[in-house]
Amino acid sequence: MEEFFLQLTNGLAVGGIYALIALGYTMVYGVLKLINFAHGDLFAMGAYLGFTLLVSLGLAGTLGKVAAVLLVIALVMGMVALVGYLLERVAYRPLRNSSRLSAVVSALGASIFFQNALMLVYGARYQVYPGDLRPEGFFNVMGVEIPTVRLILFGASVLLMLALYWLINKTRIGMAIRAVAIDQRAARLMGIDVNRIIALVFLIGPALGGVAGVMVGLYYGQIRYDMSLLYGLKAFIAAILGGIGNIPGAMIGGVLLGVIEALGAAYISVAWKDAIAFLVLILILIFRPTGLLGERVADKL
Amino acid sequence: MSRKPFKRSYRAAGLILALLVFLLLPRFLSPAWLGVTNDVGLYAVLALSLNIILGNCGLFHMGHAAFYAVGAYTAAILNTMYGIPILWLMPVAGLLSAIFALIVARPIIHLRGDYLLVVTIGIVEIVRIALVNDVFGLTGGSNGIFGISRPVLFGFRISRPQHFHYLIWGYVAISAFLFHLLDNSRFGRALKYIKQDEVAAEGNGINTTHYKQAAFVLGAFWAGMTGTIFAAKMTIISPESFSFWESVLLFAIVILGGSGNIFGVLLGAFLIIGLPEAFRDFADARMLIFGAAMMVMMIFRPKGILPPRMRHYNVQSLLGRFPQIINRHISGDTENRQPQSAGDAS
Repeated sequence: MEEFFLQLTNGLAVGGIYALIALGYTMVYGVLKLINFAHGDLFAMGAYLGFTLLVSLGLAGTLGKVAAVLLVIALVMGMVALVGYLLERVAYRPLRNSSRLSAVVSALGASIFFQNALMLVYGARYQVYPGDLRPEGFFNVMGVEIPTVRLILFGASVLLMLALYWLINKTRIGMAIRAVAIDQRAARLMGIDVNRIIALVFLIGPALGGVAGVMVGLYYGQIRYDMSLLYGLKAFIAAILGGIGNIPGAMIGGVLLGVIEALGAAYISVAWKDAIAFLVLILILIFRPTGLLGERVADKL
Repeated sequence: MSRKPFKRSYRAAGLILALLVFLLLPRFLSPAWLGVTNDVGLYAVLALSLNIILGNCGLFHMGHAAFYAVGAYTAAILNTMYGIPILWLMPVAGLLSAIFALIVARPIIHLRGDYLLVVTIGIVEIVRIALVNDVFGLTGGSNGIFGISRPVLFGFRISRPQHFHYLIWGYVAISAFLFHLLDNSRFGRALKYIKQDEVAAEGNGINTTHYKQAAFVLGAFWAGMTGTIFAAKMTIISPESFSFWESVLLFAIVILGGSGNIFGVLLGAFLIIGLPEAFRDFADARMLIFGAAMMVMMIFRPKGILPPRMRHYNVQSLLGRFPQIINRHISGDTENRQPQSAGDAS
């Protein structure tokens, strides 16, 4: 039972991270009907930018650990959001009116570009996050010692998701985003600046992905340039699991996938951990292509 | 009419030139450079087999390394365990790849473009993980399989790069010719129709699911056969050779070279596999440049460097070739006409 709780909390922590990344996929898909393959790389970029800022600025000494991490997260959010915005301008906007598959290839190209740019800048080796920033305590829940860092990570991702949920559902901007997702032309006729909304989505999604990157760095302590691939694919699987284009779906799908993976690794086989997520993807696409709560993704004539 | 003989002689000259280059290249290139051109040849065949699925049929398939891996491992296992000569295993490896494709493609074939792409990435990753985990105790885990024997052709043992040059580029030539025939066949035209407009194809009586599946099986068969030659050339294979990036390289060759055009795909193989070898210093940055090239190409030249030429059919000469159609039109015979003319005019 103790093992189960440990794995469950591990799954929740990782699932929260998946959910944050998945939100970026699902929001972009919502407004553009495009899978932003470069999103995983924006996440990795967040992890690396966080690493650079934490190491080079040495904020932990002057501000205290918590304030330093929060400040770095805020900076990373801003920087990755900017990169996301530029990506949309350079790689996706010129293709807005061409075939969807051209945009997909362009997205793949952007992904390859970012991944290799990270490799060239930081090298192919693992980079190690400053170790003393990770909270080391344990939380006692019903006699089970659970690492505090997992609760903090899960709590932080839930907090961010609630903030996003509020933004999407309770504000005028959120209403505009939803309107663009439903029907771009009608939204334009209602006086919504569609380009601005799409740019906004490319600011919000990557910002969340960037935070997730810093979280992974803090949780696992090491990052590598090719982490974008696995995390990106898994977050994408999470988005499909929840129903792509559906924001609550991405949150649920992410957490669910994290838990499935953690439990699968614990009770089935660690070596096949990465295959489990792909198996989930294939099963979902075969048996319930709409995802748990979403739009249909398969063409059936 | 006057341009036709010119075009024909042009083509003949090109073929003779290609033949001369093929025969004489080992005289002028060092073994190291022949190693590079051999790699280009292998990737060219793989890309041609992917081209059936991605270029002709328009299915976004990014898991081609999985089929290649199944073929290579089949050949390697049968060769090292039972000592069957490696070249005899080509059809066996191809067949196993094809069966694998048949099984995995069936449930996913109806997915929309970008979803298919992600699922095929999932398949290539699952295959790689299975190979690393030494599935069935046959694949040798992450070390792979070693001690694969060299191919023997008519009693001649092929081991040096110059020998492999003839084997590989001969294979490239045969493959390219067969794929060219396929391009213009009824099957190839059906695939192109599906790429252009799936609904219209279905409406014209093309069983799209069946043809898409057939494209997968055929591409996998050829990739599996190519895997055999790869195994024979390397004598060691390991899961690293069949990673996701291998699939990305093949995908990039087809898309950037010109999907659906055999010459485009060959050119793509030269540019993407050969060029980085020529500029060793920038080999590290080659994927960076591909990525940027993919973005730029999609904006300015979305169909690749050499886009496929549209086939033009001269209606008059077509009718001349099938006099029965004209006769039937003249006589106003409407019975029995449909099955015949559907075949002729498509």
